[in-house]
Amino acid sequence: MAADVASTRTLVSPAAAPPSSVAAFWSAFRENRGAVIGAAVAILIALAAVFAGVVAPHSPLEQFRQAVKAPPIWDQRGTWTYVLGTDGLGRDILSRLIYGARVSLFIGLAVVVVSFGLGILLGLAAAFNSVADVAVTRVMDLIMSVPDLVLAILAVAILGPSLTNTIIAVTIVFLPRYVRLVRASAMAELDKDYVVAARVSGVSGLRLAFVTVLPNCLGPLIVQATLGVSDAILEAAALGFLGLGAQPPTPEWGSMLADAREFIRSDPWIVTLPGLAILITAVSINLAGDGLRDALDPKMRRS
Amino acid sequence: MPLLDIRNLSVSFATRAGRFTAVDGIDLSVEPREIVAIVGESGSGKSVAMLAVMGLLPWTATVTADRMAFDGKDLLTLNARARRRIVGRDMAMIFQEPMSSLNPCFTVGFQIGEMLAAHSGLGRAARKARAIELLAQVGIPEPERRLKAYPHQLSGGMSQRVMIAMAISCRPKLLIADEPTTALDVTIQAQILDLLMTLRQDTDVGLVLITHDMGVVAEVAERVTVQYAGRQVEANTTAELFADRHHPYTEALLAALPERAHARRLPAIPGVVPGQFDRPPACVFEPRCAFHFDLCRSVKPTHAGPELGRALCHIPLVQGKPTPSRVTAPVRASVPARASAPGDAA
Amino acid sequence: MIRFFLKRLALTVPTFVALTFLVFVAIRLVPGDPVEVRTGEHGITPERLALLRHQLGLDQPVWQQFLHYASGLLHGDFGTSLSTSGNVLNEFLTLFPATIELSVMAMLFAIVLGLPMGVFAAVKRGSWYDQVLMGLSVTGYSMPIFWWGLLLIMLVAERWGLAPVSGRLDLIRFDYDQVTGFMLIDSLLSGEDGAFLDALHHLMLPAIVLGTIPLAVIARMTRSSMLEVLSEDYVRTARAKGLSPFRVVGLHALRNALIPVVTVVGLMTGTLLAGAVLTETIFSWPGVGHWLIESISRRDYPALQGGILLISAVVILVNLVVDLVYGIINPRIMHGR
Repeated sequence: MAADVASTRTLVSPAAAPPSSVAAFWSAFRENRGAVIGAAVAILIALAAVFAGVVAPHSPLEQFRQAVKAPPIWDQRGTWTYVLGTDGLGRDILSRLIYGARVSLFIGLAVVVVSFGLGILLGLAAAFNSVADVAVTRVMDLIMSVPDLVLAILAVAILGPSLTNTIIAVTIVFLPRYVRLVRASAMAELDKDYVVAARVSGVSGLRLAFVTVLPNCLGPLIVQATLGVSDAILEAAALGFLGLGAQPPTPEWGSMLADAREFIRSDPWIVTLPGLAILITAVSINLAGDGLRDALDPKMRRS
Repeated sequence: MPLLDIRNLSVSFATRAGRFTAVDGIDLSVEPREIVAIVGESGSGKSVAMLAVMGLLPWTATVTADRMAFDGKDLLTLNARARRRIVGRDMAMIFQEPMSSLNPCFTVGFQIGEMLAAHSGLGRAARKARAIELLAQVGIPEPERRLKAYPHQLSGGMSQRVMIAMAISCRPKLLIADEPTTALDVTIQAQILDLLMTLRQDTDVGLVLITHDMGVVAEVAERVTVQYAGRQVEANTTAELFADRHHPYTEALLAALPERAHARRLPAIPGVVPGQFDRPPACVFEPRCAFHFDLCRSVKPTHAGPELGRALCHIPLVQGKPTPSRVTAPVRASVPARASAPGDAA
Repeated sequence: MIRFFLKRLALTVPTFVALTFLVFVAIRLVPGDPVEVRTGEHGITPERLALLRHQLGLDQPVWQQFLHYASGLLHGDFGTSLSTSGNVLNEFLTLFPATIELSVMAMLFAIVLGLPMGVFAAVKRGSWYDQVLMGLSVTGYSMPIFWWGLLLIMLVAERWGLAPVSGRLDLIRFDYDQVTGFMLIDSLLSGEDGAFLDALHHLMLPAIVLGTIPLAVIARMTRSSMLEVLSEDYVRTARAKGLSPFRVVGLHALRNALIPVVTVVGLMTGTLLAGAVLTETIFSWPGVGHWLIESISRRDYPALQGGILLISAVVILVNLVVDLVYGIINPRIMHGR
């Protein structure tokens, strides 16, 4: 009998509590250096946008006539008054970039929030109702058959260029992604045993859709939403560059670039800086989004 | 001279949690025409050892051995190019999952022809003729038509036949079969085993059969080595092994066969094969062993003599009863209070 | 194969009809009087307005107007441009070769560089090369290409003088008739010395700019697809055959890894055409993207309507072709049930 006792003792390994899902997620995310840097930069940009009034040295609209096209600080003639120089109308570029972050992030977040919400509604409707499915899928296919920017251009051409209409146009363009994603993952979940169990125990309708199924589809959605912010920012900046976005004098990065085109030869920094701002924002959000995806997807986690 | 001669082969993998030794000092020799079975549970490192022989391990693996020779050539010192000339031609391997082992993008004919092109000087027409001949040899009906088939158009049994045809296409001296029947239906399993036996008859190929199925071993193998957690715990001829097991693990393994069980309930081996983090320090089987005692936790056992099946145990069994400890020196020879026999351990 | 093609083709018809309707309705939603929108005339007298209304069929019910428009499309009548009074379809077809030429070059650039980069990164995963490449890839697909284009013009064209700033050909040096509309082909046909190289030279920067995002996506996609495939059983089988690493990776693995990459390349055609709008604007490239933007700024709605329809039709067709190619490279689809 002694052996039996001994074997029970050795067989039962100290039950290490499995790490909580948040902790597991965080440790997986933290390991990805790019993702952490991306998230940090994105947060910094967001903070600058929120506190633009405090951070920005000047008003984004004030025209310093005495200092038109002042060079940035790394130029010999640069001064600390205008750290990144001024544009063709003598507006401080740094301040415009900081306020521009506000515009761009607002567009990005607004587009994602609206298309995320609509996407969940339409996607779940399609997954749970076959009539809605046909209608929603057809319309989404239709939207997707027109190239992104062309569709956005069409929408702005109809609605007229403005900040709000930029958001509407970009939302229309990006909506199908969310709808399809929600629909596909909800449909995949519907076949699973826990949904069947919930149905058997009498859960139905909206409760089944939103309480039982939806939380299990959120992972890929959150990733898509994160990456969607940067896509929306890029798309809105492209519209701005074409003169179809936020109208002057709004400090929007895309339109700042468009305004600066004439200085491409004489004062390259006026062209370089807004684009760099767009690029850095998009890269940092994408890095964070990629890290999020890897951390949320257990298959991608190295064991 | 044995066809394949392995002494003290170890394979370890670099993992994030440090080195993991998947194969720990195993020996194996295969004579021409001989069928040797390697038996063990999943995770016992039996496939890894053979992949090391074939040179198919990923770059994270480190292979060490005192000797690893095939057909008189030292595989440890051979450069990659020279090794590729042997692999596939003289030494071939078939795998557990026939369906996923064939490339879905290429026809059966292409995949067999490619092997012939790599290792023989045959021309296009000759390769095609040989491929048809091979498919016929492994019992595939309408071989000409099957040449144009893609793997997804074949059943599991057919795919394994194609894999075998491919493996024997260059008349290898050694064929390594890694659980060739595990993924197949029971009726097909017997057919594939028969096919392998016939091939041995017709082509003089030596065969290493990796399996966890003692029934298969009894049926086809001439010699058996038993692996547990990366170590070789017993090696013997099939006849002697089935007559008398010397390692408690082998004993328990056989006792767990339904057809050999006498008790009302099927005896199972308690616990699971230790993984990377819970390997016992001394004897790897100690936590699950019905006969273990103090020594098993402190001193690594060594191999017993061939008369005891080279059992890796301090107290090799004879007729199901432990012999006095082989370790005499620092530890008092305390033969353990005999635990309940595996048969009624449940 | 042919049945597969016809089935897919039949599926695109309803999409196209719906698209026609969508664009038709969308253009009607443009604020302002429809007559003004259609004719571009302002301050029209009521009599003339009534006349024009009748001429344009605007006094008919909407569904009749749509049928009229749709039947016009079937006869190749995509409307008349307000700014040039030319046939929209003709204008589109004149400009389209320039866009195709640019897009094809951009895609070639992306594929020729992206595939080997991705394969190499997968084979050497975790190495510094892999990490640098993945970093560049994120930068690439986050790139605001209108800025990237300006940056390259600023550096490569202006500062270093390595490439022309805009256009398709040095019109001062070369003068010949356009035969096909494809400058690379026409320059060869013209027989003029150096014309081909000059056309290529003009194509270089725009193609790089337009190809940047596809390059990043292809490299990344190839890498992850390759990583997945490299751990497949059949790759081990290929190595067990004693094949050279080059053949194992470049044939057995790559052939399978290409399947998702081809899909992505196909899906990117739409992105590419959208990108062409920006690229053509930056480089004053006389293609349909440039034309579309000009139509908007001139409020030339018939041209815009026709142009969007035609571009979307091209995208739908390209997607169809991609499906076919997909069927060819993936035998499971062709022979599947």
